Amino acid sequence: MAKRSYTKTPMRELAPEIRNRSFSEVALGYSLEEGQLEASRCLQCKNAPCIQNCPVMIDIPGFIKHIEVGDLKSAHEVLSKYTNLPAICGRVCPQEKQCEMTCRLGRSKKFEPVAIGNLERLVADWACQQPIEMISNSKDKGKVAIIGSGPSGLTAAGDLAKLGYDVTIFEALHVPGGVLTYGIPEFRLPKKIVEKEIEIITAQGVTIETNVVVGKTITMEEIQAEFAACYLSVGAGAPNFMNLPGTSLNGVYSSSEYLTRINLMKAYDFPNYDTPVLTSKNVVVIGGGNVAMDAARSAKRLGAKNVAVIYRRSKEELPARKEEYEHSVEEGINYHWQTNPVEYINDGTGKLKAIKCVKIKLGEADESGRRRPIVIPNSEFIITADTAIEAIGQGANRVLLDTFPDLRLNRWGYIEANRETGETNIPGIFAGGDIVTGAATVILAMGAGKVAATQIDSYIQNQKVHV
Amino acid sequence: MFKIVERRELNSIEFEIFVEAPRIAQKAQAGQFVILRIDHNGERIPLTVVDTEPDKGLVRLIFQVIGKSTAALAKLQTGDSLSDLVGPLGKATEIENYGTVLLVGGGVGIAALFPIIKALKAVGNKVITILGAKNKELLILADECRKYSDELYLMTDDGTLGQKGLVTDAMKFVFAKEKIDTAWAVGPSPMMKFSTLAAKKAGVPIYVSLNPIMVDGTGMCGGCRVTVDKKIKFACVDGPEFLGAGVDWDDFSNRMKQYRDEEQIADTIYKGGMPNGKA
Repeated sequence: MAKRSYTKTPMRELAPEIRNRSFSEVALGYSLEEGQLEASRCLQCKNAPCIQNCPVMIDIPGFIKHIEVGDLKSAHEVLSKYTNLPAICGRVCPQEKQCEMTCRLGRSKKFEPVAIGNLERLVADWACQQPIEMISNSKDKGKVAIIGSGPSGLTAAGDLAKLGYDVTIFEALHVPGGVLTYGIPEFRLPKKIVEKEIEIITAQGVTIETNVVVGKTITMEEIQAEFAACYLSVGAGAPNFMNLPGTSLNGVYSSSEYLTRINLMKAYDFPNYDTPVLTSKNVVVIGGGNVAMDAARSAKRLGAKNVAVIYRRSKEELPARKEEYEHSVEEGINYHWQTNPVEYINDGTGKLKAIKCVKIKLGEADESGRRRPIVIPNSEFIITADTAIEAIGQGANRVLLDTFPDLRLNRWGYIEANRETGETNIPGIFAGGDIVTGAATVILAMGAGKVAATQIDSYIQNQKVHV
Repeated sequence: MFKIVERRELNSIEFEIFVEAPRIAQKAQAGQFVILRIDHNGERIPLTVVDTEPDKGLVRLIFQVIGKSTAALAKLQTGDSLSDLVGPLGKATEIENYGTVLLVGGGVGIAALFPIIKALKAVGNKVITILGAKNKELLILADECRKYSDELYLMTDDGTLGQKGLVTDAMKFVFAKEKIDTAWAVGPSPMMKFSTLAAKKAGVPIYVSLNPIMVDGTGMCGGCRVTVDKKIKFACVDGPEFLGAGVDWDDFSNRMKQYRDEEQIADTIYKGGMPNGKA
């Protein structure tokens, strides 16, 4: 065997100056040869630490071994045992903080870890090219309702269908996918990939009903009467605002609205699609997570001349994935570190003209381990902006929760559910994903979905024993 | 898909459709709205539920043609289908026996006012209704509103029907002769604003139904935010009804203008013209 490369096999990407004008996907994927080369770097560890650090515990060395010999079909069979959404995970998982962080190869100083995410994507993209196989799982173990068709709900649905349940997912929007559809932009996660992986799940017998707002269109009482169990995976979709003066000026957006217009409603293709989004010269995004990067890079692609991200801490504390940050810099996004907005300034006609900001110094670390931001007196300055996007996180959406007062919530308004089992205070009602944890990652939501599926299965089987 | 089983032209700009949506027909209450999408490329359009026929599974909607999307909606015929319809959304009107209530509707807002009139009458209120429009042709639902009203006043800008004048003129008249316990106003934002001022003068609490620009309608995007009592509220989940006295009307009117340029582009292209260099 050839000597292992010290570095990961690079993935081809669109050039920054091309991609920052297009919503086409940035990363182009591995060829089979590139994948085999990368797969050959895997040490095939026994007790592989990468498996332990994966929220859905994929047999990583197992699927990589098949890639090495060019057998993508077998690799896919391994992956399918653990994840219903591999093409999505391969693209949006924070691998550098999970599987790849513990990779033994990467732990030796000279080597980069195996590019596990890229390999997963290779296999999943191959699978997406194959004809979809209709699987007639038996549906006789009982009826389960899943509220919300994001990554957590889809994962639970896929697993429960495989176990023999009759699963119905209720989705409030007109397209399934949750944050995968309305939140993550096309250039990072093409919607045709999301559609394909959802089709693979429905081909296993899962029914998805869109345009149903549980709590409004149908009530939780009706769900409880019709289904043996229910999994609440509605996400944390209620935007926070900083409540600065001028928040209602035209041009000030929540990241949720901005990204929903662009991703779900395809506003980047206005007027071919009917939903508009403001196209602006100077865009400022407030926040430092992946959502902020997504909004900033989208604004650039919509034609903004200057796009800046303002973040109240320093680059070292940026919560976004490194890869997203680096891509954004390559695409011409500017950063104002240790900066906070204090006021949106009116142009006199009700539109945003500029943002008044202050500089921040960082104090002692707080309980989250991050240094506390302190405003520097008399540090005010102005940034010109005709669009501002607040990407400062989400809270619990109340639409369902308000109609279900028996369900116990925690002090932040999220559902109180056992993290190990997904159980809530109401028998037969399970919950997971962002509506339990607060905004987190796709893969953690998927992990919660897997747990819920197993627990719902044992709950229903136990009920049957006792009846 | 949601089938249109009946369609009527109320006048040159206002249309009525009955859409098959059994679940929504079962659940919708006065004051609530739905969001529809005409087709794959369509935007999400919020419309108040005017009425329901739960046994037939029908939802009645009335809209006015104001831009591209509503123009396209007006072109649909009986037998055509909407690709999406979701609801009922928003909080229902708080219906109780207040005593004597005043209901004020303007333009296409009368369609949203009608279910409130009906529900308030059903629980025993004395209902006084004022309806206003530009002219006789555009004044909709007068006969149906009359059925559920103890008194009905019609106002037109040009005097072609009822009295010539504004709804606020009729409000002053009613306030002078009658003790009103609670009032509602639904219509264009200037009309709701001035109705609020008139009610305030008379010391009567008045609810208004706000219809800001909206996307998902479930509290997810925050696009429909309105300033009420100096706080940010989302019209889709905290409303659509608010006490008019707390509403920041300048703010509300301003946010309605957010996409004026874009709306014009879409409309021009739809009518077969070229966008005026803006696209």
